[in-house]
Amino acid sequence: MYSVNYVRAKSLKHAAEVLAQNPEAKLLAGGMTLIATLKQRLAQPSHLVDIAGIGALRTIRLSKDKLSIGAGARHYEVATSQVVRDAIPALAYLASQIGDPQVRNMGTIGGSLANNDPNADYPAAALGLNATIVTNRRRIKASDYFQGMFATALEEGEIITRISFPLPKKAAYEKFPHPASGYAMTGVFVAVTGRGVRVAVTGAGQGVFRWTQAERALGKNLTPEAIAKLKVDAEEMNEDMHASREYRANLVNVITRRAVAKLASAG
Amino acid sequence: MAKIKLTVNGVKHTREVEDRTLLANLLRDELKLTGTHIGCDTTQCGCCTVHMNGRAVKSCTILAAQADGADIVTIEGLAKDGVLHPVQQAFTDCHALQCGFCTPGMIMAVAGLLKDNPNPSEEEIYHGLEGNLCRCTGYINIVKAVKQAAGQTEEAH
Repeated sequence: MYSVNYVRAKSLKHAAEVLAQNPEAKLLAGGMTLIATLKQRLAQPSHLVDIAGIGALRTIRLSKDKLSIGAGARHYEVATSQVVRDAIPALAYLASQIGDPQVRNMGTIGGSLANNDPNADYPAAALGLNATIVTNRRRIKASDYFQGMFATALEEGEIITRISFPLPKKAAYEKFPHPASGYAMTGVFVAVTGRGVRVAVTGAGQGVFRWTQAERALGKNLTPEAIAKLKVDAEEMNEDMHASREYRANLVNVITRRAVAKLASAG
Repeated sequence: MAKIKLTVNGVKHTREVEDRTLLANLLRDELKLTGTHIGCDTTQCGCCTVHMNGRAVKSCTILAAQADGADIVTIEGLAKDGVLHPVQQAFTDCHALQCGFCTPGMIMAVAGLLKDNPNPSEEEIYHGLEGNLCRCTGYINIVKAVKQAAGQTEEAH
């Protein structure tokens, strides 16, 4: 790791100030991606601004129609929170399937969304549930937030503070994990909302995307059979040493059907 | 430089380290607690697992500065008064190690798993050990050891 200056932020304001004064500074939350990246010398920030100690970023709140999770909530906290389990069980389940136990004990929801790894799990929930990403400056709709591989609507120095999830009627998450890393080769979040069915796919494409063709079919008939013959365009899928485009395109259909099957028993 | 105050296995330490120092290196190089192993350096093998404020974490992917003020338990802190921790005893009884390199991290991960779930099913044991790699045993005896340790760990903690 290159030499770096570590700063423990006392407050959101303090973190924003350090970021404003140091254009090459980076936020550090759980560090499960960032520290590994630094160790490989793939990045060289001047400062690491640790926001993990800001208590306000860790809270989980439920209102009448929304679940609001602080950006600093760790995966194990989301996975085991009774509030989350009662409000959106599919979201708690998703968090319980990220990486491995040690990673879940450190990694945060805000860090995952800020990084926007194309194989990360949380983007599927955020887009599938039509969440709002709340920052220290504004509120960003999930549909505007995700902008492809590792790209988001976040501006320089902008800090995610909370993620607000509208409560679905029911939802389910299913993924085909890479056996070594736990990352989603394909992960599908299906949500039945007051405004129709939403299907968000992570791991398969260049970034999380909605499979609108499946949404329309499931809106008419909420069964795995309704989408059995639908296909995503393999040309738009990701290809790497782990799986071809065609394989991922097929996974999208298979995993979506499994997620829809799960909905039957989902709350 | 970062001034770090932390408690390791019940002993308070203060150290001044470079900001980029990893917790695993602080434990091994500064505090000479070499039971915490560094296997892969890429957050995959779990050999460096320690408990930070009661949760199992990979100390090769945490800055020492992040652990400022934390309560750390390493493999050296598990045995009490010369008596092995039930997970350590179970690993011995079940021959859950061969070369032993992954064992400290494996034991810390199992201790963490049993704290959250004192009576895990076989599937839960596999899921709970996803952060740790063993290249010798094929995991069969490790799973056996977890089952033996389950139920014994409560009184020890």
